[in-house]
Amino acid sequence: MLRFILRRVLLAIPSLFGLLVLTFFLVRVVPADPATALAGENATPAQIAAIRHEYGFDQPLYKQFVVYLGQVARFDFGESAYSRRPVSLDIKQRLPATLELTITSLLLGTFLGIPLGTIAAVYHNRWPDITLRILSVAGVAIAAFWFAIELQLLFSMELDWLPLRGRLSSSMDAPPLVTGFMLIDSLLAGRWDAFTDTLHHLILPAMTLSLGGLATIARFTRAGVLETLQRDFVTYARAQGVPSRVLIWKYVLKNSIVAALTQIGLLFGGLIAGAVVVETIFDWPGIGFYTVQAILTADYKVILGVTVVIGVIYAAVNILVDLIHGLVDPRLREQL
Amino acid sequence: MSAPLLDIQTMRLSVKTDEGMAQILDHVALTLPRGRILGLVGESGCGKSTLVRAVLGILPRGATVDSGHILFENEDLLRLSEQELAKRIRGSRIGFIPQDPYLALNPVFTVGDQLLSVMRWHAPAPPGVTGRRARMRHHRERLVELLRRVQIPEPEAVLDRYPHQFSGGQRQRLMIAGALACSPRLVIADEPTTALDVTTQLQILKLLKSLVAEFDISMLFVTHDFGVVAQLCDDITVMYAGQTVESGPTAAVLADPQHPYTQALLACHPDRAQSLLGIPGRVPSPLNAPPGCRYAPRCPHAIDDCTRRAPHFAETGAGHLVNCRLAETQPEAA
Ligand SMILES: Nc1ncnc2c1ncn2[C@@H]1O[C@H](COP(=O)(O)OP(=O)(O)OP(=O)(O)O)[C@@H](O)[C@H]1O
Ligand SMILES: [Mg+2]
Repeated sequence: MLRFILRRVLLAIPSLFGLLVLTFFLVRVVPADPATALAGENATPAQIAAIRHEYGFDQPLYKQFVVYLGQVARFDFGESAYSRRPVSLDIKQRLPATLELTITSLLLGTFLGIPLGTIAAVYHNRWPDITLRILSVAGVAIAAFWFAIELQLLFSMELDWLPLRGRLSSSMDAPPLVTGFMLIDSLLAGRWDAFTDTLHHLILPAMTLSLGGLATIARFTRAGVLETLQRDFVTYARAQGVPSRVLIWKYVLKNSIVAALTQIGLLFGGLIAGAVVVETIFDWPGIGFYTVQAILTADYKVILGVTVVIGVIYAAVNILVDLIHGLVDPRLREQL
Repeated sequence: MSAPLLDIQTMRLSVKTDEGMAQILDHVALTLPRGRILGLVGESGCGKSTLVRAVLGILPRGATVDSGHILFENEDLLRLSEQELAKRIRGSRIGFIPQDPYLALNPVFTVGDQLLSVMRWHAPAPPGVTGRRARMRHHRERLVELLRRVQIPEPEAVLDRYPHQFSGGQRQRLMIAGALACSPRLVIADEPTTALDVTTQLQILKLLKSLVAEFDISMLFVTHDFGVVAQLCDDITVMYAGQTVESGPTAAVLADPQHPYTQALLACHPDRAQSLLGIPGRVPSPLNAPPGCRYAPRCPHAIDDCTRRAPHFAETGAGHLVNCRLAETQPEAA
């Protein structure tokens, strides 16, 4: 198992390296002259030259790349042109909020999507299946911002059950910062009130964000279960009198979730992209919101930093998914 | 003679397909006395597995039983609900050995998990053993004992291994142990040796034969191989295109086949009934099968009456039944 883990991690290195090369080229090479872009419209040639020297743009490309690698390794992306604060500090403060949102959405999508997909497969072509199929098409097709606003209208404005926006009520003191994950931090501080308040704030954005993923996971689980139900071992288990609920929820499901698991890894990227919209609508102080501002103000250091950090997280999530694959399927573990 | 363990009569079954209703089983009859091994023989597609699935109550969706009964220990299995079948027939009183043990085992669970899961639901525990843990320990011990009996090396360690870590022959031994695990009365084996090489096949057959006597069970052995039947089975039932054509003690049927189909089968391929190249014509489609004898279109002795006459068995010798007009018109004469 250890070799399996090691190998998966090593396999991720080339793609991470590719990410670094790509971001480097996008930022340093593609703009005709990054120094001019940085200096602004009214800069004198002397100012531009100074900037070029300061940023090392007058160095050969490979040297620039090595310097860039060093910076990334030190988690140093420079200073945001907009907030005038180190980009890494902003990311550190905002990333946990986004991760809290995306992970909650992913869990919601997984733990609802897998059972729903399974039920649909068991009731193949009967009403639970048909209902789910319609809903999952809707789930993928519905625009997140529309759904979010509908949720806000219903649960916040109409029913007044859940807060409209934000991460914590303004009347509530934030728990001391430990992990940056508000749910965990409030539990660590024993602040039950802050925990439930955060949870309430989390529900609507997480529901919005999970919608597409939920539909995808349900669809892949359904397809996987349908395929597994055709396999001989299902007939054999039935012939030997294994009760059908055990057969479905234990034996069939474990065989079927491999395809859905792969989707979960891929979905994570989509979730972070989706977080941009959701955070903007719900005023969620995460990295998506921050990135939108950066894009609007062409704050390239922020864009770069966020891209690299999210790329690393994405790779990590997919390694994790691979490891879970290995846990699920013993044959995979032994291939190495 | 006491009532047979398994008695199937006038069994008709159809399956809904895209092109219409297909009559897969038509007047199937089969009788398995206690303590014996019955070979069910027929070409591929003649409905053997469908019949087995009907006995176990695991017919595919779209299949309906039109008539007939399946008496098992004097109880009609066709009248039992799915819950009753799952609870007190499948696994517990009827054990099943599948055709391809590799496909029949779930690749992502250990062998022990799968075999014990069946025992957990169906294996009886002795009166003294109560509580879930004690029962499971008892089941585990019994399973290890069984695995040893079917000649699996290191039976203790085997339980924690995954199916892909076994050879084909070993896997089939696992399935045999699994079929016996809950002390069934009847074991149904659906072509259990087809996926194995000849040497392994022979070992498995020997093992099965000895187990039937040792565990006091009866066995329904499905095959398309007359050679296997001759070695293993006490009785034989021959099927053609969803109909029972002939049945009786193995020696009698093999030595003196009465039905033209059985005769042709044994004449053109003494060992194997897989290919019927020697018989002119084709197996009729179950979609619009003719009434009466389904072999009639290919039968050299057929007359008009054959396709009209309802299937009927004539006894030509002790326990030797033939579903053919010829056998009726020449009673004990030839
Ligand atoms: N679900 C189904 N839908 C439609 N037709 C079916 C279905 N299951 C089986 N059949 C048909 O029923 C017939 C009998 O199939 P069955 O599997 O019982 O044959 P078999 O005698 O076991 O063959 P083999 O020796 O190849 O295992 C075949 O013609 C098959 O095409
Ligand atoms: Mg078959």
